[in-house]
Amino acid sequence: MATVSIPTILRTHTGGAKTVEAKGSTVAEIIADLDANHSGIADRLVKDGKLHRFVNIYVDDEDVRFAGGLDAPVKETSTVTILPAVAGG
Amino acid sequence: MLRIRADLVDEIVAHARREHPNEACGIIAGPEGSDRPERFLPMRNAAADPDYPGLPNTRIDPETGEKIEELRFGDTFFIFDSKEWLAVHREMTAREEEPVVIYHSHTQPYSEAYPSAIDVESALEPNAHYVIIGTKDPVRHELRSYRILDGVVTEEEIDVVESYMFAHTGADDVPDRD
Ligand SMILES: [Zn+2]
Repeated sequence: MATVSIPTILRTHTGGAKTVEAKGSTVAEIIADLDANHSGIADRLVKDGKLHRFVNIYVDDEDVRFAGGLDAPVKETSTVTILPAVAGG
Repeated sequence: MLRIRADLVDEIVAHARREHPNEACGIIAGPEGSDRPERFLPMRNAAADPDYPGLPNTRIDPETGEKIEELRFGDTFFIFDSKEWLAVHREMTAREEEPVVIYHSHTQPYSEAYPSAIDVESALEPNAHYVIIGTKDPVRHELRSYRILDGVVTEEEIDVVESYMFAHTGADDVPDRD
């Protein structure tokens, strides 16, 4: 199981937990597993099959936007960090 | 209300002036749950990097009502550099801090220091004070603060103090260590 770090805005889905465990060998599978246990979380991360433009997901130190997107590989020992992108105009 | 030390306001203003006409952005971190901005963390605006591909954006021309497709760069858009943001986030987590203030500047002659549609869409920190500094006037700046929650913008007062120690706060307030 990978460890997933949950940002403040999504902790309503995890009962306040800052980190949770999730199963999967890609980011997409991790998100599906998260959503199975914490309903509604996938809609906050993915829009039209793509990572939401103001959400960052990192596998260990890599921003998946630059490293395979939702297909980026995740290992059992990986830490997946979800962060709001912090952006604006 | 946002209560903030004067030296931190000075840092925001100096950062925004330095980056103008690009937008400056950053965080002031404070102890989790304290609502007290303490540690100034200017961030790199990745949209101002020469290799930034541009943010695809659609807006309505206020005069003609026509849809305009455009790419936004650092003078009309900001986004934290994702690597720097991960490092800063980890450091804040280790220190049990959170982003108390998230600030950015508006630099364009037509823009007010009020949250834009993109600012509202991307505001994802329910506990943060969203501070906008307007730098279109070369001398006088405009500094305003907002809460942004589920797409609803609420402006709030800014109380600039010399030190949190002497500011009037609740009975359970912990004085500043300095
Ligand atoms: Zn803005």
